[in-house]
Amino acid sequence: MESAVLIFVLPMLMFMLLGIGGKYMTHRTAGRLGTLGLTVITVLAYVTAYRYFGAGRSGGVWLPQTVFHLEWLRFTENLQIELGILLDPISVMMLVVITTVSLMVHIYSLGYMKGERGFQRYYAFLSLFTFSMLGLVVATNIFQMYIFWELVGVSSYLLIGFYYTKPAAIAASKKAFIVTRFADLGFLIGILLLSFYTQTFNFTELMSGNVCASASGATFLGGSVIAWALGLIFVGGAGKSAMFPLHIWLPDAMEGPTPVSALIHAATMVVAGVYLVARLFPLYIEAAPELLVGIAIVGAFTSLYAAVVACVQTDIKRVLAFSTISQIGFMMVALGVSGMGGHAGLGYVAGMFHLFTHAMFKALLFLCAGAIIHTIGSNEMSAMGGLRKYMPVTHITFLVACLAISGIPPFSGFFSKDEILTAAFLFSPWMGVLMSGIAGLTAFYMFRLYYNIFWGAEAKREHTPHEAPVSMTAPLLFLAFVTCFAGFIPFGNFVSSDGVEYTIHLDGKVALSSVGLACVAIGIAFRFYRQASVLPAKMATAFGGFYRAALHRFYIDNLYLFITKRIIFAGISQGIAWFDRHVIDGAMNLTATVTQKVAYCIRGLQSGQIQQYAFVFLIGTLLIVVWMVFL
Amino acid sequence: MIHMEYYLVVSTIMFFAGIFGFFYRRNLLAILISIELILNSVDINFAVFNRYLFPGQLEGFFFTLFAIGISAAETAVAIAIIINIYRNIRNIQVSKLDKMKH
Repeated sequence: MESAVLIFVLPMLMFMLLGIGGKYMTHRTAGRLGTLGLTVITVLAYVTAYRYFGAGRSGGVWLPQTVFHLEWLRFTENLQIELGILLDPISVMMLVVITTVSLMVHIYSLGYMKGERGFQRYYAFLSLFTFSMLGLVVATNIFQMYIFWELVGVSSYLLIGFYYTKPAAIAASKKAFIVTRFADLGFLIGILLLSFYTQTFNFTELMSGNVCASASGATFLGGSVIAWALGLIFVGGAGKSAMFPLHIWLPDAMEGPTPVSALIHAATMVVAGVYLVARLFPLYIEAAPELLVGIAIVGAFTSLYAAVVACVQTDIKRVLAFSTISQIGFMMVALGVSGMGGHAGLGYVAGMFHLFTHAMFKALLFLCAGAIIHTIGSNEMSAMGGLRKYMPVTHITFLVACLAISGIPPFSGFFSKDEILTAAFLFSPWMGVLMSGIAGLTAFYMFRLYYNIFWGAEAKREHTPHEAPVSMTAPLLFLAFVTCFAGFIPFGNFVSSDGVEYTIHLDGKVALSSVGLACVAIGIAFRFYRQASVLPAKMATAFGGFYRAALHRFYIDNLYLFITKRIIFAGISQGIAWFDRHVIDGAMNLTATVTQKVAYCIRGLQSGQIQQYAFVFLIGTLLIVVWMVFL
Repeated sequence: MIHMEYYLVVSTIMFFAGIFGFFYRRNLLAILISIELILNSVDINFAVFNRYLFPGQLEGFFFTLFAIGISAAETAVAIAIIINIYRNIRNIQVSKLDKMKH
């Protein structure tokens, strides 16, 4: 288990090595060094997972283990910030997911980023991100999590703005950073509230159950303080996980290099919010079960919104971005509708399972998109079409991922999504029906993408597209392999809400209806986009206003701009700026001007003539003498 | 017997002549001479007060001797400084010495 410490430290060392020494290396050395480092980390993560799950349960549950522990800052006797490594089923699962996807992205980037300026910097940032993300998932306490949470935000900012000569990339990186910072403010206040009332940061102590009793007395506006704190913490999670209305940064984050989108903005970082809720899940159940319903509603609405928008976008990466938002919504719904233990805890298992499978197939989708963009040189769907002849490997792997995300058996997405739908039906039939509908939409927009890229009419091209190099196709094949078989992992044996073994049973009715719906949706997509057809245009005109609204993402970005520019900047900030410029600066300027004027008046006294100085001295002495003698 | 006041009048005249010269003269050597005048007038005062007020004691005379010795040393230093100033600015007019202003 001590190898877990290395998992934590190695990426940091890699970051420093590549960040400081990168400019003395060739591209090839830096890339290979980074990939080699990550291979070691991945192997260590697998070993850790094997040993953790190999050790077996004690007392029927997986016990959390703290394998490394360091007191960092001590505030009071009870309240201290620690750094440590906590291994429990979800953190071990996340270790495996992060290292796997990160390794695939490292290998893939050897081909994708070949010859780019700042290649070493890119690998240094990837290492930094991996370090932060691993630190986040193994955190023993909520404050350590917050530290790494922010580090993850920074590395995301750095990687989105990797092409820093492109104004769009700079704007996108700033947007991502500012929006998530706003959400993190909620997170921080939540942490402070929680720690103030419970006197601890530690997850294990928070889960122990006597926390709520100690803080149950304090209420605020009718809710217990703990519930408020948990709500604010969820705001932080919603920001990172791009929940409505804090989702606006994620589609823009696609300005970064595509492998980065695969790693950060699809597979790992954006599920940090889900992980946070899962980590604090017992606390949510105990202190604020009504909050979980809220989380489920937010998740469901986000999921619906993003799925609708994804249906009309034309930029391939944006479609995938909205699909990511939608799928994270699914995970949030799963956690929100879940209860504690046994069959009621199905949602928790399903959410975590979907996190796992989604990370694999979404990374695969993005990497395929990267391969396509790499050869086409454009993100627009209209520039693609008919690519199946030229890129057979990408075509097959993309198809596998599409089938997985649409929930077609036996691909991994079918199993996890089906569990979520079952859990949703268990919670309320309405929720179940809504989520099934969204799952159908998912199948539609994914196959719209698929047919538009690989089938349909060929666009005019200057040179024929070609298959990506081996360094790029190998990760695709690996991830496709995982996507094919990950669904058969008995996930409930490893991860469940209370640690007790839970065997997943497929609910026949739900499975049948969702697969049927997905097939219908794929059929519609086939009819619309398999060949050039007038149907999509007809649909667009039929839905007129709605179509335009969806195309503009329902004007949420414009609303944000309106609020910030027209109301906050023009209304409030300008008044404050005027006050600052004229009153505060004015007072300072007045002092400076007066001092300067006086100085001009008396500077003549400083003549530099020694005799004059001596004369003044004499007069002064005489005056003092006169004063002493006569007064 | 000459009265003490005569001596004091002479030393006062010397003192103020020295003060006047110190402020009025522009030549560094003249200023130095003025300082010597001031010091000598003080020496006279020491000797006179000792002679008339405390006859039989010698502190005033010794102090005078000290003052003469110190003024000799001071003159040596001052002349060295003046020579250096002359080397630097080719002049010993005090009005040219306004470098400290800048």
